[in-house]
Amino acid sequence: MALLQIAEPGQSSAPHEHRLAVGIDLGTTNSLVATVRNGVATVLPDEQGRPLLPSIVRYGPDGRIEVGYAAQAQQSNDPRNTIISVKRFMGRSVKDVAHVENAPYDFVDAPGMLQLRTAQGVKSPVEVSSEILKVLRRRAELALGGDLVGAVVTVPAYFDEGQRQATKDAARLAGLNILRLLNEPTAAAIAYGLDNAAEGIYAVFDLGGGTFDISILKLSRGVFEVVATNGDSLLGGDDFDHRVFCWALGEAKLPPLQPRDVRLLYAKAREAKETLTYHGEAPITARLSGGEFVDLKLTTEAFCSMTQTLVNKTIGPTRRALRDAGLTVEGIKGVVMVGGATRMPQVQRAVGEFFRCDPLNNLDPDKVVALGAAMQANVLAGNRAQGEDWLLLDVIPLSLGMETMGGLVERIIPRNSTIPAARAQEFTTFKDGQGAMSFHVVQGERELVCDCRSLARFELRGIPPMAAGAARVRVTFQVDADGLLAVTAREKSTGVETSVTVKPSYGLSDAEIERMLRDSVEHAREDMHARALQENRVEGERLADAVRAALASDAELLSAEERSGIGRLLEELRATLAGSDHRAIKRASEALNRATEDFAARRMDAGVRRALAGQKIANLGG
Amino acid sequence: MRLRRIVQRLKNHFELFGLQPAYALELEQLERAYREIQTRIHPDRFARAGDAERRASMQWTTHVNEAYRILKSPVQRGKYLLSLQGVDVAFESNTAMAADFLVQQMQWREQLEEALERRDAAELERLRARLQGERRALEGRIAERIDGKADAAGAADLVRRLMFLEKFDADIDAGFETIESS
Repeated sequence: MALLQIAEPGQSSAPHEHRLAVGIDLGTTNSLVATVRNGVATVLPDEQGRPLLPSIVRYGPDGRIEVGYAAQAQQSNDPRNTIISVKRFMGRSVKDVAHVENAPYDFVDAPGMLQLRTAQGVKSPVEVSSEILKVLRRRAELALGGDLVGAVVTVPAYFDEGQRQATKDAARLAGLNILRLLNEPTAAAIAYGLDNAAEGIYAVFDLGGGTFDISILKLSRGVFEVVATNGDSLLGGDDFDHRVFCWALGEAKLPPLQPRDVRLLYAKAREAKETLTYHGEAPITARLSGGEFVDLKLTTEAFCSMTQTLVNKTIGPTRRALRDAGLTVEGIKGVVMVGGATRMPQVQRAVGEFFRCDPLNNLDPDKVVALGAAMQANVLAGNRAQGEDWLLLDVIPLSLGMETMGGLVERIIPRNSTIPAARAQEFTTFKDGQGAMSFHVVQGERELVCDCRSLARFELRGIPPMAAGAARVRVTFQVDADGLLAVTAREKSTGVETSVTVKPSYGLSDAEIERMLRDSVEHAREDMHARALQENRVEGERLADAVRAALASDAELLSAEERSGIGRLLEELRATLAGSDHRAIKRASEALNRATEDFAARRMDAGVRRALAGQKIANLGG
Repeated sequence: MRLRRIVQRLKNHFELFGLQPAYALELEQLERAYREIQTRIHPDRFARAGDAERRASMQWTTHVNEAYRILKSPVQRGKYLLSLQGVDVAFESNTAMAADFLVQQMQWREQLEEALERRDAAELERLRARLQGERRALEGRIAERIDGKADAAGAADLVRRLMFLEKFDADIDAGFETIESS
């Protein structure tokens, strides 16, 4: 009989164990979760085999929270507590949201982001989104049979800082470890590009339920490089429904409707829109609560003419993206169609006419984003297999800048800069003896601050008295690989260094997130100690794995003394991982992290040198 | 700053990409080197690494992106090369331009205005084509001066002109926007 093997304590039992990671498409209308199994990306369906989860959350008066089809079934009965298209509210205030008058919600305008008053209290869009993410997380953990290492969550490429931060907060609230925020069209390009071994310059035309993105990518030997992106974060399939809804109101000469009738008629409008994808006309029939009977017929012709301006609205951003990429339509090899709204024949036709080629529809436009996200999650989780050696280079969609005198914007990092990116700019004082400076960080393309989106305000104090213009304050913008910004300011002329780091205020503050975590019933019941232990263990094991791998490949970069020092700390971490003291694990992890900082830098240097060496050989050869 | 070590060893951005410092540049070779480096140091390669390595990867990638941006851009590349020779192009302070260049600029701007008034996209295209030709020619002259190390001050003047043309190109873009959005 073969002996059973037992792993050494603290060491992962299977060195090449497949780490569970998922890609999540958190959509305006529908959300999906996908994973890579046996090298193939697949969408994980619910227990009834349905791949989509309608992005609808209902806060019932009985304290229950329903998500998806169950909530959808209640949307006309309980419109006030049933939140649809919550993505439109992420990082937005009431004045930013279109068609507020038709929305049946009880809005609470909070600074930065609106909130909704429901039967279960006031909810932030971040909390509502986290309910959707929780369902998807549970679905994935059930299907995959274990805890997730992490998730890649997609966002529209044209999402600004606040919207990105809000999405990240929602994931955190749902207990997901975010591996990366990924732009939706980029995710689609990965799925399309890897499936078709595509090379060349492609456009991704992504018209979803609530957002429109256009991205131009260069695909070459396993590198997906976004060259330019543009879009409209307030344009999507919902707007087509709205046009049909308004048309129906007029045609049927209806009086102002009850919230439940509004929902009912919206649902009928959407059905009609979908029917028209395959038929020449669609009926709209509904019995309203006042007894009125709506019985209309919508033809393709009427639908196209009432939505023509919406279709046209996609062309401006498309032109801008091409111009930013320095290209004309002749330079585009193919246009990948993404998002359910691209099923509409008039959209297909408009794209075909503009690019003078047939759009590429060979992937399911509802699923392609989640599939691409799953592929990226798989790679980031460390499940990279041979032949999966691809890399993504993405950009920021909107310029980042600073307010200067007269309400003008000084652009610091222009749109379409490849991320991660950092840029510094020096500012000075306006008055003699000025002891403080106030900074205003904005995002957008316009010259005037009032036309851009305000991201954060902060002050730098303690500037020593100097003549106007003598102070030298260096402001650094750093955008990380998720497209999130941190700003630092430092006064340097006198050697007095004050530094402030701000994050955009549109998301929630860390304190608010902590409160929501505490408030959430699920977490209140959880043993906080067990949770901390679990988190620190995952982190500690990840670090131990990484250091072991680094030692295995690059030990020659260290002196014998350094090697034994790191080895000792690695042993110490390993010992704490076997125990259950979460603080000891954290301390040991931090010590190992500090001790390997220099090693990490040397490894990075070595990577660059190797790249250079390879390059020189390639040049000789070529 | 952890980048210090290798940045000190590398004399300039060109060396980072294994290139000779020169204005005339094989863009394809630059692009290939950029991608090669990125595949080794990008944060996506270190998503499961320790904090130290993730930080180093982000700093490095940021630096490489910035160097690539500078070398890719004809204006920034010129400015950078001249700064290596100790010459400041001084976009902000030095706005003195040869009279014939200024006259040509004014004529072009007038043509742009007229085209905008007529909402004439075809005329914008023609303006752009002419500008493109002018830019290529100017880049050739800059290469002669910088790479021949003959006339740094003259090169700085030409780089300033190129920056003017780049701004004009952005104005043509804005012109297209105006026509398309009406």
